[in-house]
Amino acid sequence: MKLMKALLTATAMTFAVAGAAQAKTLVYCSEGSPEGFDPAPWTAGTSFDASSRTIYNRLIEFAPGSTETVPGLAESWETSDDGMEITFHLRQGVKFHTTPYFTPTRDFNADDVIFSFMRQLDKSSPWYEYAPGIAWEYFDSTGMATAIKEIVRVDDHTVKFVLTRADATILATFPMDFASIVSKEYADQLDAAGTRERLNTHPVGTGAFTFVDYQQDAVIRYQAFADYWDGKQPIDDLIFAITVDPGVRQQKLVAGECDIIPYPNPADIEGMKANPDLTVMQQEGFNIGYLAYNTRQAPFDKPEVRRALNKAINKQAIIDAVFQGTGQAAVAPLPPTSWGYNDQLVDDPYDPAAARAELEAAGVSGLKMKVWAMPVQRPYNPNARRMAELIQADFAAIGVEVEIVSMEWGEYLAQSSALDRDGAVLLGWTGDNADPDNFLAVLLGCDGVGSNNRAQWCHQPYEDLIQKAKTTFDQEERKKLYDEAQVIFKQEAPWATIAHSIVTMPMRNSVQNFKQDPLGIHRFVGVDKSE
Amino acid sequence: MLRFALSRLLLVVPTFVGITLIAFLFIRILPGDPVLLMAGERGVSPERHAELMAQFGFDKPMWRQYVDYIGQLLQGNFGHSFSTKRPVLEEFMARFPATLELALCAIVLATVLGVAAGILAAVKRGSWIDQATMGTALVGYSMPIFWWALLLIILFSTSLGWTPVSGRIALTHYFPSVTGFMLVDSLLSGRPGAFASAVHHLVLPTIVLATIPLAVIARQTRSAMLEVLGEVYMMTARSKGLSPSRVIGLHALRNALIPVVTTIGLQVSVLMGGAILTETIFSWPGIGKWMIDSISRRDYQVVQGGLLLIAAMVMLVNLTVDLLYGLVNPRVRHV
Repeated sequence: MKLMKALLTATAMTFAVAGAAQAKTLVYCSEGSPEGFDPAPWTAGTSFDASSRTIYNRLIEFAPGSTETVPGLAESWETSDDGMEITFHLRQGVKFHTTPYFTPTRDFNADDVIFSFMRQLDKSSPWYEYAPGIAWEYFDSTGMATAIKEIVRVDDHTVKFVLTRADATILATFPMDFASIVSKEYADQLDAAGTRERLNTHPVGTGAFTFVDYQQDAVIRYQAFADYWDGKQPIDDLIFAITVDPGVRQQKLVAGECDIIPYPNPADIEGMKANPDLTVMQQEGFNIGYLAYNTRQAPFDKPEVRRALNKAINKQAIIDAVFQGTGQAAVAPLPPTSWGYNDQLVDDPYDPAAARAELEAAGVSGLKMKVWAMPVQRPYNPNARRMAELIQADFAAIGVEVEIVSMEWGEYLAQSSALDRDGAVLLGWTGDNADPDNFLAVLLGCDGVGSNNRAQWCHQPYEDLIQKAKTTFDQEERKKLYDEAQVIFKQEAPWATIAHSIVTMPMRNSVQNFKQDPLGIHRFVGVDKSE
Repeated sequence: MLRFALSRLLLVVPTFVGITLIAFLFIRILPGDPVLLMAGERGVSPERHAELMAQFGFDKPMWRQYVDYIGQLLQGNFGHSFSTKRPVLEEFMARFPATLELALCAIVLATVLGVAAGILAAVKRGSWIDQATMGTALVGYSMPIFWWALLLIILFSTSLGWTPVSGRIALTHYFPSVTGFMLVDSLLSGRPGAFASAVHHLVLPTIVLATIPLAVIARQTRSAMLEVLGEVYMMTARSKGLSPSRVIGLHALRNALIPVVTTIGLQVSVLMGGAILTETIFSWPGIGKWMIDSISRRDYQVVQGGLLLIAAMVMLVNLTVDLLYGLVNPRVRHV
């Protein structure tokens, strides 16, 4: 029976594909397999590219190629004067996808918004643990779980979020992937059938592309949604051809088997730039790689010692050797593409003689220290061991002896958080959303000491500024506060800011209108392909 | 023969129990906390950490976790992936046909070419043919798979355009999976060109995966053949006036095959190792890459279940080889 069913489906699909033989298809050779297609429980960008950015929408969206927010499924929204309520006015006439496993009977409305958030908030909901071990990591870690008091259905197209605290950063989390809107009607259908786990394998959204099929670790197929509220996409079919090895991705692009690829090998970029069939886009990544001193331990408790060491680091040499040119020296803890970035900051000059003199002036001589090198590769640090070796050589030049330590990644993350950690730690961060708070408070605020604040740095004047920014709703005012906070950061130097990566997206010349996203999202809304 | 088969079957039971223990301990001995690895740079509060550890049962004593695991296994439950939250058996079964298809093609290629090359080298012992064959086998044996695969891709796919770079079938061919074996599914689909495309996509990964086993089988066949060719009964066969092809094909090869069959059996486990790299390079959606990812994520249930299922497959192959060995060489049945 099962075989018969599969054969019938095969026949139906064969005809469907034959009919679409002339369809315009874009092939994106993605770097890995998605964990699933319900964006809320996952944390990997690979899963978001395959789910939230293709199949789903959010109330508020990031504008393509920007960290600016624009209306999504909410046409407008307003925050109450006391900052305790956010009211969303929903777009009308938005359709959910019709698929072989679901036919919607109504348009998107307030019930879908409430369901999408409450399944992550309400522990008594059967959806809270709809698959074994499922967890709502981003909903919890962004503070959404504690910020929402209740969600009120004002009418079919108006939803009010009542908050537990006034927090200007909450609005920045609405365009995040976990806040994607799923269909309540579809969820009810799955509930009735006792197949809730299919929400994660057979997705239904309102996004620009409808999910067609996933062959594990091989291919994900989508079709442009004809009734998409913002108009049908220029391409007809979108294919994610999962290609794990970056060298092979490059070969497939050159051979014309892929139209666009992410994360090429830095060593291959120059060759691809020279290829007349390819276009190579580059943009600063929304990330920061840093060396965090333990500001609770002598002599790193003195800002003048930290500043002196920072002057001994030759960042350009690191960018050349570790990033092979695909990096940019970091001045501030925020990437330059953030709206909160203070472009007036001046970086510490690379000046070993001054560094040596300042160390002596601070009464430090014969210093021995540890530098921790991450055992994994990250966009903000493609080779931490090499980076540590370069820093070791730089510090040796000013008479500081460095011992490089490394350990298994889980241990590294745990032990580098310890208050009494011995040595300076190489680590980094990629922004979750466009809000500067996601860098300046999460990584350097007093609440993060003993966890994400690897410098264990709690400096009251800085803390007062970022806390004030949290409750300031005017963006210009917030920007001023963050500018000031970054000036203090630079004076106090809890980190040596090393680099922001440069993200490269090579594609065939036939790909049109692709916009590189500062947050590292890969999405294909509006992308076209010439014949 | 029945007693021999039963004795071999009985050996499977303790081996299997041993494997469950090794699979269980192996991943836990490695340093690394799955919850911390999942959280990454974002970190996790101690309370949330404890909550998640309890949710996955990692807070229980080791012996208790093992007992629970065995209990699950006896009910046919291999657990759920920590990462994707899907049943391990379902994930394995979705990927295993791809690995099996590739491994079968590779072992067939390695056996056919390896045995032929080994016979040729033995018959032409000392000639340039012998030296060239064995030299090539040595190069093949020492070839780093990753480098070899990329070299073939650059030559045959990018420069000459003869073969696709990676994947199992051209993206234009789309039909649902019925058996999981692309060669079979492409035939069932009835789509013109689908089967040819599937074969086309198999060429390079098969060559890469077959390279090392081919070299081993060729060398083993040569040495077994040389040993047999020097036996007195071979001289008798020749002196009886039998044709050289009958002497080599029937008398020599049949006796030489005994150690070769064992070697082929052993190469199956080598293929599993080679499949990890081959699958990664050729974006082949099999179990090799899946296992590697699971180890780096400390996805305990997947590693345990995956190892156990792979071990079961290898044991099945070894058992078959043992039985075949008994058939080929009646003397071992009485040992």
